[in-house]
Amino acid sequence: MKIELTRRTVLGAAIAGASALAMPSVLCAQDKSLKVGVYGGYFKKSFDEHIFPEFTKASGIAVESVAEPTGEAWLVQLEQAAKAGQAPADVSMMSQTSTLKGQSTELWTPIDDKKIKNFADLLPQFVNKYPDGRVAGIGAVAWYITLVTNTDAYPTAPDSWAAFWDPANADKLGLLALVSNSFLLEVTAATFFGGTNALDTEEGLLKAFDKLAEVKPNVRLWYRDEAQFEQALKSGEIPMGQYYHDVTGLAAADGQPVRSTFPKEGGIQDSGNWVISRASEKAEEAHVFIDYMSQPSIQGLMSRKVGTAPTLKKDKLDLTAEEFAAVSSEIQPILPRYDLYTTKADWLNQKWTEMIAS
Amino acid sequence: MKREPPKTLADYTPLFFPAVMLIVFFVIPFSTMIAVSFFRRDPAGFYKPDFVFDNYARFLSLFFANILGFSLMLAVLVAIVCVVVAFPFTYLLTKQSRKVQTIWLVCLLSVLSLSEVIIGFAWSTLFSRTAGITNLAVWLGLMDKPVALLPSFGVVLTGMVYQALPYTILVLYPALVRLDPTLTEAARTLGSSPVRAFLNVVLPALRNTVVATLIMVFVFALGSYLLPQLLGRPQHWTLSVHITDQAIYQSNMPFAAAMAVFLVLISLALVGLTLLAGRRENAL
Repeated sequence: MKIELTRRTVLGAAIAGASALAMPSVLCAQDKSLKVGVYGGYFKKSFDEHIFPEFTKASGIAVESVAEPTGEAWLVQLEQAAKAGQAPADVSMMSQTSTLKGQSTELWTPIDDKKIKNFADLLPQFVNKYPDGRVAGIGAVAWYITLVTNTDAYPTAPDSWAAFWDPANADKLGLLALVSNSFLLEVTAATFFGGTNALDTEEGLLKAFDKLAEVKPNVRLWYRDEAQFEQALKSGEIPMGQYYHDVTGLAAADGQPVRSTFPKEGGIQDSGNWVISRASEKAEEAHVFIDYMSQPSIQGLMSRKVGTAPTLKKDKLDLTAEEFAAVSSEIQPILPRYDLYTTKADWLNQKWTEMIAS
Repeated sequence: MKREPPKTLADYTPLFFPAVMLIVFFVIPFSTMIAVSFFRRDPAGFYKPDFVFDNYARFLSLFFANILGFSLMLAVLVAIVCVVVAFPFTYLLTKQSRKVQTIWLVCLLSVLSLSEVIIGFAWSTLFSRTAGITNLAVWLGLMDKPVALLPSFGVVLTGMVYQALPYTILVLYPALVRLDPTLTEAARTLGSSPVRAFLNVVLPALRNTVVATLIMVFVFALGSYLLPQLLGRPQHWTLSVHITDQAIYQSNMPFAAAMAVFLVLISLALVGLTLLAGRRENAL
């Protein structure tokens, strides 16, 4: 998850989330209201400023936004509250991994696709389904992690993730430090083993780990803190790596010597879903909200104002080519294998830590 | 003067406040941590109350033994370097005029006001290729082109020593100031050089202070998790870094707690051994 990386955001969101839970929720004067959980920090600020007021104007439903702590803390809170028949938020933004984990306890009210007008236009990766086909979640926000380079150090942009393995780039890379946020196993599989299906078996995973271990001599920094890498990329200290497409684009627009490239294997697309807690009594309003959020005009608004990649097919959108390129690409994305992070989380984490730290 | 043993409950009242503080700030949190370390990890959620040894079993591997060994070695090294640098410095400082001493102490205190993040970023800039000190060497003609000195073990050590040095000096200062000057004068009168007097008289006279300072810096350095991350390679990440990873990023509280309990026990054991060794020597 994008904001999971900044410790400050995590702590801030955790505190905000905890205090939001501690306070008895104040009912709005309006007849209809909805509590919406969004990732604390940047996302909550942008949504409060650009998106929620428009929704209230259009639907008459007042939104009370709740800052979610990131990571799995919010899932655990929703789960425990639901057992007591409470819903700290009716609709929540939920990472893909947490959506899958919530499925196992039927935490999410199935979403009725007939109430979502643009359901057919959603890209397939933005419909999260229960094993039996009921819809558990619908894409809320998405972003790309791409191959970024310093333009002074690399006059021509690399066109493939394979550049990470090039011996010429020794000690020049900045990569994310965790298996569950760098998605480098998926990148390895897509670049060398014909796609992320190669990770289906433990054997395939070990092969990907071995291949990925070859990158180690090229890595200068395994970062947890975004600012650390962003600064080093701009100065050219660490001239190549993986980073957020939209943030890199903003830095380039500011005149910094950086660029973001969608490699031919595709950028990594990470995302979060809208899910409805089974304890919520406002499923009706929640459907109205999700329907509203999935309109082409609102997806366009979010791309322009929040910097997220649209969840709808490109030809349905009102984005100009330039606006679209600022947040997304038509190259097929590498989709993280979220299922692995629910079924094999600890095994993957252990192998990963051993790989980078030994 | 003979001290009266406490007889009534009222005689014990001065103990209440420290006891309550100890319970609230040490016993309760530490017991909670020990309890959680035996809980069962639930990959789909957080954890479930239980009594299992899985978390400790996972820690007992060569991989984590190496990390623990590295963390202890780093902390010991930081403690030794700090004391080796700080002791002579503080000794010389106490020989200066009051005014000079005050200025130095104020400067040292101001270093304490810097956060670990600022210290980390400052050192990483100072040792970087694009803006670091090697540029100065190039300008002076000592080097062909600037190089990055980090990430490396040396830089981690430098950063951590920098962070711990003011504490070391402030702990040593009171003892050195109170050191009887006639001791060194006697040594000098008997023909010792200043260096010899320092090594043979000042240092042994303050052995307990030195040991206490070593332990304090060791414990202080053991908890460091930001500097190894900012200045080191993954093999320089201390156990504290891995504990943070498990607790914050993997939501694996039981495993994080088990590692933390292990770290506390090992460091308590080391501190205990040091004190024991000190007492034996004193008894001889």
